[in-house]
Amino acid sequence: MVKVKLWGSLRHWTDGQSVVEVEAKTFKDLLDRLCETYPGLAPQIRRGVSMSLDGVIYREAWFQEIRPDSEVVLMPFMQGG
Amino acid sequence: MALDQPKREFRYVGTRPNRPDGVDKVTGRAQYGADMTAPGMLTGAILRSPHPHAKIVSIDTSAAAAIPGVRAVITGADFARPDDNFLRDVQENCMAREKVLYDGHAVAAVAATSAAIAKAALKAIKVTYQALPHVTDVDAAMKPGAPVVQAGRALENVPGGMSDNVTNACEFGHGDLDAGFAKADLVIDRSFKTAATHQGYIEPHACLASVTADGKADLWCCTQGHFFVRTLCSAIMGMEASQLRVTPSEIGGGFGGKTTVFIEPVALALSKMAGRPVKIVMARDEVFRATGPTVSSSMDVRIGMTKDGRITAGEANLRYSGGAFPCGTVDMGAQAAFAAYDLAAVRTYGWNALTNRPKEAAYRAPGAPQAIYAVESVVDELCQKLGLDPLMVRLKNAAKKGTLSSYGPTFNEIGLEATLQAAKAHPHYTAPLGKNQGRGLSCGFWFNFGGNTCVSLNINTDGTVGVTEGNPDIGGSRASISLMAAEELGIPYENIRTIVADTNSLGFNDVTDGSRVTFAVGLATIKAARDAIGKMKARAAKFWGIDEEAVNWVDGAAVPAGPNAGKFPPLSLAEIAAVSPQTGGPIAGHYEVNVDGAGVSFGVHLVDVEVDPETGFTKVLRYTVFQDAGKAVHPDYVEGQMQGGAVQGIGWALNEEYIYGADGRLQNPGFLDYRIPVASDLPKIDTVILEIPNPGHPYGVRGVGETPIVPPLAAIANAVSRAAGVRLTELPMSPPRILAALKG
Repeated sequence: MVKVKLWGSLRHWTDGQSVVEVEAKTFKDLLDRLCETYPGLAPQIRRGVSMSLDGVIYREAWFQEIRPDSEVVLMPFMQGG
Repeated sequence: MALDQPKREFRYVGTRPNRPDGVDKVTGRAQYGADMTAPGMLTGAILRSPHPHAKIVSIDTSAAAAIPGVRAVITGADFARPDDNFLRDVQENCMAREKVLYDGHAVAAVAATSAAIAKAALKAIKVTYQALPHVTDVDAAMKPGAPVVQAGRALENVPGGMSDNVTNACEFGHGDLDAGFAKADLVIDRSFKTAATHQGYIEPHACLASVTADGKADLWCCTQGHFFVRTLCSAIMGMEASQLRVTPSEIGGGFGGKTTVFIEPVALALSKMAGRPVKIVMARDEVFRATGPTVSSSMDVRIGMTKDGRITAGEANLRYSGGAFPCGTVDMGAQAAFAAYDLAAVRTYGWNALTNRPKEAAYRAPGAPQAIYAVESVVDELCQKLGLDPLMVRLKNAAKKGTLSSYGPTFNEIGLEATLQAAKAHPHYTAPLGKNQGRGLSCGFWFNFGGNTCVSLNINTDGTVGVTEGNPDIGGSRASISLMAAEELGIPYENIRTIVADTNSLGFNDVTDGSRVTFAVGLATIKAARDAIGKMKARAAKFWGIDEEAVNWVDGAAVPAGPNAGKFPPLSLAEIAAVSPQTGGPIAGHYEVNVDGAGVSFGVHLVDVEVDPETGFTKVLRYTVFQDAGKAVHPDYVEGQMQGGAVQGIGWALNEEYIYGADGRLQNPGFLDYRIPVASDLPKIDTVILEIPNPGHPYGVRGVGETPIVPPLAAIANAVSRAAGVRLTELPMSPPRILAALKG
């Protein structure tokens, strides 16, 4: 299981939890499990999210592997100028 | 991406060769968007709304179409309505449909055989409007009963019961705010406003479109991302991507503002209708009225601090408006607001509201300068009131490795403390100040990212090298990429030419944004060079009759890996290239990747100002920028980014603003009334580059383009507030606003 930290406004769809646990070995797994377990997150995930994995931010790396002890933080999709 | 063979000793990287585009630019030979021409070309022009908000009752184009020389007239009805919300917004921003949403919104366009005929045709178009109530202020737009710009655009994250204009909400942070504030000896709660500002690029948007009868199209335009232009335009026009080739021109500034389309779909639609090439060049007033400035903002910040300078809690409420269409920029501001601090309790809330203003476009580090301006202003005021050194307070509270960031992740190695220490050690920090003078300091932060990147590297038979990349050169990327190729290949910089390819000549490259190009394209170039080196080593191995693994690449030549490989004289790149037709054919290297690992970036700005108490005029006396750039590939360009950010920030802080009248129309759509800094307004901008290697890049490179716009607003506001003896809480701090503050 991977512990995933969510940003505050997503708690509405996770029964108030700011950290949830899902079974995931990759970024894609993580997104799929989150959508299945918490369907309210699906619109945001479809619009785009980034993932911080042990402090490194990934934007679209579906196959990025996640270790069970990794720090995983869901973030909005990064934008820049 | 795992770091392989990190390189820390350099021969070419870190030098300052002449810029490859310099001669063309100073002699006028460089081809910008407006310089493109084609046989039979028509002039395109766009009719824009004089109303900030109105229903389009009817558009009669018959008189315009009947004018001799007019070859095409289009309106919003000539575009299919995309299903996708994002695409539909882009299309409707280029050409309105049922409603106009801001002063300057496009309603129709013509293509004619001359500019004079096009202008006459625009005058002949009869648009009947039904004016609607408008709103241009973000706080007013969020109130119940405010005029609704677009209904039904709120995301699922917006709580019920809010104004229909509120489209987006977010929250970040951790810890117990109440407990944090209870520990403070002083809590300050302040509200701030910042005006929308334009990126101020000198080159107006321009494009030339040519659609042929068989459905193929070419588009030449000034843009920060021609592959994304292709994505948007092909979707809006209902074309296959392969049938639309987009070629970028030289670019006269972008700063994020040229990361989308405004006129390109219009030119394509006109060309399709006319059957001839169509060129559109925006006038300056069109650039102001109808392209994308940054968000306007209204913010409340509350911070608690102990007497010895420890921040106990921080809270921010950010209300941004990205104009008439939804945008998520406030997400970035809310994440960045407190990123420089190690806080036990922190919370940021963000809201975006629609207003009758042009659709926001990115502007370097979008969303961060506003939020950090508000936070850093309150930190400075706390330092003033508690009698503390503002730099020492920032050092005491600085985020570092292991800090739980205000936006969620735990920081790895970051350069904030080192940057603050550099500022502390600099003579600027202790230089004496005179009467009516003040010194301001601010930290800044930006995320940076990498993205989709594709590079080809061709070894020419004369021993020179061509690098093909897919990002317009907006900040010296051709020089930086050539330097990294030279470093890796071991041949002189002068032997390499880097060009920017069109969309049919290379795989997809993301837009030039996120401070990504030197980092991501540089990484791909290094990998492409390694690919080519592998092939050259294989050719040498064949010459020598040994295994490829027994060949090394040293100083631009293949050499035997050791005594067991045999004794052979080195084979240089030029020698291998010269016989490449006889040894297997052309040699090229390629690399395609979606890069991550850009690494966040911090900067510190220090500024001295003098405020004239009689006129409210602020003179910037001294300015120093400190920034962790990772390895500075071409230090001139890095310094240029740092200086440019400071200069844009000076304009944003002191003078620049979109001014709307009570009628909802933009009052200052030109550089006479929208005042950007000119050379005579500025001191020399000093720079200190810190080179803390980014572990996510083979050479330790970190993006540098956006962070420099983040600290100036607060640094200057803090300096002005200290010089004036009164806290300024609204940007720009124009002379009338400073005088009003001085009078209380």
